[in-house]
Amino acid sequence: MTSINPTLSPAGGTSVPPAGPPAARRRSSRAAETRRKWYEIIGLTTPAVAVYVMFVLVPMGFAVYYSLFRWRGVGPPTEFVGFNNYILAFQDPIFLDALRNNAIIVFGSLLLQGPIALAVALLLNRRFRGRTVFRLLVFVPYVLAEVTVGIMWKLLLTGGGTVDALLKQIGLGSFVQAWLADLDVVIWTMLFVLTWKYVGFAIILLLAGLSNVPPELTEAAAIDGASWWQTQRHVMFPLLGPTIRIWMFLSMIGSLQAFEVIWVTSVPAVRSLGASATMATYMVDNGFFARLWGYGNAVAVILFAISFIAALLFQRFLLRRDIEGAVTGRRS
Amino acid sequence: MAMKHRAGATLALFVTTALLVAGCNGGDSEAPAENELYKNPVTMTWWHNASQDGPGKTYWEKVAKDFSALHPTVTIQIEAIETNQLQRTRLPAALLSSDPPDIFQAWGGGEMREQVEADYLKDITDQVKDEAANIGSATEIWQVDGKQYGLPYRMGIEGIWYNKDMFAKAGITAPPTTFEELNQAVTKLKAINVIPIALGAGDKWPAAHWWYNFALRACSVDTLKKASVDLVFDDPCFVKAGQDLKTFIGTNPFQPNFIATPGQNDPTSANGLVANGKAAMELMGDWNRGTLETVAEDPKALTKFLGWFPVPAIAGSAGDPKAALGGGDGFACAKNAPAECVEFLKYIVSPEVQKGFAETGTGLPVAKGAEAGVADPALKSILEATSGATYVQLWLDTAFGSTVGNAMNDAVIAIFAGNGSPEKVVEAMKAAAKK
Repeated sequence: MTSINPTLSPAGGTSVPPAGPPAARRRSSRAAETRRKWYEIIGLTTPAVAVYVMFVLVPMGFAVYYSLFRWRGVGPPTEFVGFNNYILAFQDPIFLDALRNNAIIVFGSLLLQGPIALAVALLLNRRFRGRTVFRLLVFVPYVLAEVTVGIMWKLLLTGGGTVDALLKQIGLGSFVQAWLADLDVVIWTMLFVLTWKYVGFAIILLLAGLSNVPPELTEAAAIDGASWWQTQRHVMFPLLGPTIRIWMFLSMIGSLQAFEVIWVTSVPAVRSLGASATMATYMVDNGFFARLWGYGNAVAVILFAISFIAALLFQRFLLRRDIEGAVTGRRS
Repeated sequence: MAMKHRAGATLALFVTTALLVAGCNGGDSEAPAENELYKNPVTMTWWHNASQDGPGKTYWEKVAKDFSALHPTVTIQIEAIETNQLQRTRLPAALLSSDPPDIFQAWGGGEMREQVEADYLKDITDQVKDEAANIGSATEIWQVDGKQYGLPYRMGIEGIWYNKDMFAKAGITAPPTTFEELNQAVTKLKAINVIPIALGAGDKWPAAHWWYNFALRACSVDTLKKASVDLVFDDPCFVKAGQDLKTFIGTNPFQPNFIATPGQNDPTSANGLVANGKAAMELMGDWNRGTLETVAEDPKALTKFLGWFPVPAIAGSAGDPKAALGGGDGFACAKNAPAECVEFLKYIVSPEVQKGFAETGTGLPVAKGAEAGVADPALKSILEATSGATYVQLWLDTAFGSTVGNAMNDAVIAIFAGNGSPEKVVEAMKAAAKK
């Protein structure tokens, strides 16, 4: 929508009886038309824009503003400290631990969930008895509420709990760890729980992608004598590209903002030692629990900036073909 | 045309903003100050932290109803909110807004000092003189610079809850009165194969309270009082507290994986270990009677074996051996709350209402004349010890305020996890005081 095509000019322009110079008449009717179009746009977008401005842009602006103050959330912020809160954050070893943990979750999720999801999706895309049941089961963890999942795994993983007992039963007793207490183990436990929770989402996305592949292509490949694997490798994978990239994008953003499952599953002490903290849990622990509201806002802004930059880079380099024009600008 | 688009978007934004601003101005009317009591109908909002269904929550409902029956002009709307949410998010946000609750939970100490400095609270010094006198020195925690801003309804000191049967089995004849005796008791309890001390370090504060007690023993009362007001922690006694704690942790008195063990509320918690006969001791406040019961498989057995003794003394230390750590819950009125709010506060701490509160078993009352409501022998011994204590130091994380308190707790937890140090605790506290 960069120009109004004069040939598509409104019917009103021709129905109005000629009066005055045609050029002027034409201009005024077109102006009226444009005005009407703008009324429509304003009328239809105002509710959405209002909500967006009120609950996204305004809070973001406030977050940036508050992050420049030393403020405990009591009374209005008065003590301006510039970027000191940001400096403090990057000097805090616990925040750096949180950054490292986020990185582990981002890459760990991609590396674990990607192959699992692809394998399961390819499997579930074949026709076999009970396919619907399997599809349903695979998706169940994703549908469960984060808090439910967190409490469930917390109970299962407690020292001497179900997981430990199960491992001992099947003769893997030597693998038993202090899943939630060992500071070196806990982040991997978290990664496991997150993978369990979200792999279903990846599978569903990929299944949707697979169902979009026209059957003619696989049929053609079959006629050409391609094996099942060759069909997957040379027909399905390339056509799944856009879906995989979108999933990677969503997974990455979700991992950067990981909060609920970790907040519920890991205990406060382990979090505060940095072993299972993420940027989001660090933000809440410091913003609300230590009542450093200015500082907490600074962490929020850092989290936003990192997510935003990651999203832009991802779109610029990987999603470019998939979302042509939306963010990356028009390709001529 | 791209230009035009942007202009349109800007316009839409302006329209929106204008609408919003108009909307916001709509409800900005201030109720006139009311001086005459019970003349006009008032509705007060009351935020408390008895959010779990149980005797505590039911009792507050009854208290509000009874007060409305006494004074028909007053309607009280209760909102029960979980402590952490109430204290960390809901209350601070509500106080920032122009419409805070009229009467709400107040924990005293550093937080109250900040609230007073921001002019959030009603000065009730003159109206509650009699009530404050009846409560005694505990009211000091809800004072800022000698003025009363809230009143407690529950208060108690911390001590060690123990299993009398296990002590007898291990051959411990009397509750330890010094740390040497406590260490001996730990050795004897290990010999009969029970966890000597349950620790809910996962929630941080149950572990941090051990450090508080070592600080209370190492530091003089004056040092602690001064630290609470000035947030200065230069006295070497604060390092000494950490060293003593480290030595104590070195004797391995706690259950394995204590760093991930929650404090209360579920059977796997430290409370669960004590309530169900797996651990012999636990350091905890007066509310523990109720929280132990909620996780006990056999509450009757619990009542039989449960005992309580004060935190042991450390020979030759600067601290007052008769001083104790404690804390409580109270309520405060918002600055612009109606005068009826103070009346309601006075009603809550009246001996009758306090007696009823004590009967719920959810905590120890503060008002004289309510003691009869305390039936449990363990709670009775706390009540005696509280009145016998020469000085009650408010929980250090509350006394120093959330910021220092949180940093202190985190640094203490690091000692428990084996990667902290006594010096780092003090450094963290000093750094947080500046944050």
